[in-house]
Amino acid sequence: MDDLEIVAEKIVSQARPGEEIEAFVSWDEETSIRVYNGAIENLSKSQSSGVGIRIVNNHRQGFAWAGTLDPSSIDFALEEARDNASFATEDEYLGLGVPDNVAPKTLDLWRDDLSSHSTEEKVSLALELEATLKNSDKRIKSVESANYGDVSSIAAVVTNTGMKASYRQTFSFIAAHAIAVENEETQTGGGYSVGRTISELDLGKAASDASMRATRLLGASKPTSARMTVLFDPQVTTTLLGIISGTLSGEAVVKGRSLFAGRLNEQVASQIVSLVDDPTNPSAFGASVYDAEGYASRANYLIIEGVLQEFLYDTYSAKRAGLTTTASAVRGGFSSTPGVGARALYLTPGTKNQSELIASIDNGVLVQSISGVHSGVNPISGDFSVGAEGLLIRSGTLGQPVKEFTIASSLQRMLQEVVAVGNDVDWIPSVAAGVSLVVEGISVSGV
Amino acid sequence: MISQEIVQKVLASAVSRGGEFAEIFVEDKKSSSAAFDDGKVEELTSGVSIGAGIRVVVGETTGFAHTADLSEAGLLSAAEAARSVAMVSGSGTKAIAMSPPNEHMLSKDILIPNQVGKKKKIELLEYMNQTARATSGSIKQVSAGYGDSYRRILVANTDGVFATDEQVRTRIAVSVVAFGDTGMQTGYETAAFTMGFEMFEDVNIEELASLAAERAVRKLSARPAPSGTLPVVLQGGSGGILFHEACGHGLEADHIVKDSSVYKGKVGELVASPLITLVDDGTVSKQWGTALIDDEGRPSQRNVLIENGVLTDYMWDGLRAKKLNRASSGNGRRQSYQHLPMVRMTNTYLVEGKERPETIIENTKHGVYVARLGGGQVNTATGDFVFGMTEAYLIENGEITEPLRDANLIGNGPEVLKNIDAVANDFSITPGTCGKDGQSVPVGCGQATVRITGVTIGGTANG
Repeated sequence: MDDLEIVAEKIVSQARPGEEIEAFVSWDEETSIRVYNGAIENLSKSQSSGVGIRIVNNHRQGFAWAGTLDPSSIDFALEEARDNASFATEDEYLGLGVPDNVAPKTLDLWRDDLSSHSTEEKVSLALELEATLKNSDKRIKSVESANYGDVSSIAAVVTNTGMKASYRQTFSFIAAHAIAVENEETQTGGGYSVGRTISELDLGKAASDASMRATRLLGASKPTSARMTVLFDPQVTTTLLGIISGTLSGEAVVKGRSLFAGRLNEQVASQIVSLVDDPTNPSAFGASVYDAEGYASRANYLIIEGVLQEFLYDTYSAKRAGLTTTASAVRGGFSSTPGVGARALYLTPGTKNQSELIASIDNGVLVQSISGVHSGVNPISGDFSVGAEGLLIRSGTLGQPVKEFTIASSLQRMLQEVVAVGNDVDWIPSVAAGVSLVVEGISVSGV
Repeated sequence: MISQEIVQKVLASAVSRGGEFAEIFVEDKKSSSAAFDDGKVEELTSGVSIGAGIRVVVGETTGFAHTADLSEAGLLSAAEAARSVAMVSGSGTKAIAMSPPNEHMLSKDILIPNQVGKKKKIELLEYMNQTARATSGSIKQVSAGYGDSYRRILVANTDGVFATDEQVRTRIAVSVVAFGDTGMQTGYETAAFTMGFEMFEDVNIEELASLAAERAVRKLSARPAPSGTLPVVLQGGSGGILFHEACGHGLEADHIVKDSSVYKGKVGELVASPLITLVDDGTVSKQWGTALIDDEGRPSQRNVLIENGVLTDYMWDGLRAKKLNRASSGNGRRQSYQHLPMVRMTNTYLVEGKERPETIIENTKHGVYVARLGGGQVNTATGDFVFGMTEAYLIENGEITEPLRDANLIGNGPEVLKNIDAVANDFSITPGTCGKDGQSVPVGCGQATVRITGVTIGGTANG
């Protein structure tokens, strides 16, 4: 971590009078293994690093990046960032952050032991996953892919306005995708397990999830179109929360692109909805000690009992809104500037598990996956229409599998019509935790 | 970029412990982008990325490593990492014969974007912003983006390939938000070509901006889309992505080899309406998915996948082709030197037919007219797809009537191909980004106006 800070400090030290400079330097090491039919299909092990340089001069911002820490490329990026700033429009709210008084929490997100596992051990995990999945059910005809992957990453962000932070984390995962066949019909399903190191992976769960998700769809038909109650599987809820988090971004609010702008303190959701973004929760895969601008992470309470409390902000959007940052700056890597985003959203859990929720539904559908989210959800208008597959729920029990149907509503309505949140909070690798979620009044279009 | 002598040394080292095949892919890419948003030039970005990826194939296994260090020592160490999968004992040295370097030179007509002043790029965005805002008082927000890349690649392998290419791509996009009594609606337009800055001599950015603005405004008065199965007419150039996603991916050889495609074992069979001829063509002049060579050094070519409804062939990369002892079809592509190549599409399109688009609409009693399809998703193993309609209208008694709010189309690719009962003569290609296995590459998608006899529409209104 110190090495990266040194590189960043050296860049920042080249500031000219009047210039604010931020250097974001990152390094990561990745292993990726894919097996097929009992053999390694591909194996890749690599390290990469890069730097992103942001310069603000006279309230104009410029940015440039280099996918290497080679000094001549860094020099190129510095010069380009400087030049780029000169072409931008002056914006009084632009400026780099200055330290606030929030102390960083100690979070244990790095496992030293990850690098001590041999490649052979990782390969055999992937092979075992493939074999376990293949043997899990006679209808599993093949395993399209079985993967092991891990990544260790370190980042440092330093500015000449006093920000200085480095943070690091490790991830390890296994994932597989199964193809189930019965009576010439094909269905697919995936399963995975994620941890911060190998010992935290649950191979059995990854295999049985993939097997169950593929086989339980066999015999699926199109459901009859109707308005009904939908039970979202935890993974689907994660996707929904991810979309909703975009509408709670202060950046969207100040730019007039949020459907929740101007609705603070209003009842925007059903009373059982409480939504928190807490990147200091070490169970969350989006947890980090600092945000992408170097502020100590903190919990933000966005919706409490259905009432909208606040939005997420980074330095720029907060200044523009006349507020202070909520330490919600995120970045896609060294090649992009920071933006606003949630990292560890979760819904306050209810008391029932998924089986109990199913038992409480008379006529509905369990949606195990949705597709077409990018095209089917408009986060600005709130229009929502996505493809789905799952199982019908009749009189409190799971029944006929269904596929090739769409579910449609609007984000605004769905939030108001949440009738139950499960107790099965599952931290999956995303900006939000999964949890079973029951929403009424959704249009199901099939035949 | 790197001398043939060093390339030979690195490849020799990569196969020094066994392995049938080794390849080095060197990439030097400079890119720049500009974003105009909220009435301001928000950000200019420049980026540089240089490196090499080395792969070694041993039996069924591919070892891969990449490095940003292009010195001889750096490349040799990446070669060693890639070959470490070849856990066999040394088989001595191997001499690698190579074709003479074919230094590819960019055409003089190409204006390399990083040699064009930044001010000119910004002016384009400012102009689009003004044009869009001038379209209507209900335009609340406009963002416009410009991007270019200049990519030089070198690919060499132990089969003797030594090829280089220079690829210049430029794109522009505009996104508009309109506000009215019914809430907010959006409109989007983009143009992108394998061209330099000279592309703006051909591209009418004023039209792009007005189209996006008009679309957003029109949707303010849109009614909810119907729900249920209806005939759908796709406007020419609006929905090629449907055929890319729902049919093209299933024709990629990696899915065939792994038994994860509905098209496996169907060569020679009638898989689509006889009106359908589907082509993947990396040689179409200047289109977004066009390149002189693919990322395995193989010249791009035109591949007919389905001819008059009959499946003729799949798309192949070097690795899959070799196993079946046939030639690659020039479809081995990768996002960057940090990625392994795989079978990817280039420009995929339905060959146009003979009908007039107006006739197709006139002959549709009740249905939906899609003027713009958004992104989509497909399960290649089943062919099931979902696509968003971002501009659509009702067709009533052979006429296009009311605009519809955004909704998804859902269906099955192979079934849709069989259920096309009309193909018009108004073909055009639109640019897109194709994602597969975490890698993105630029592609073109094309079609003429077609009618599908029935697709499920996921609206909220009763059909």
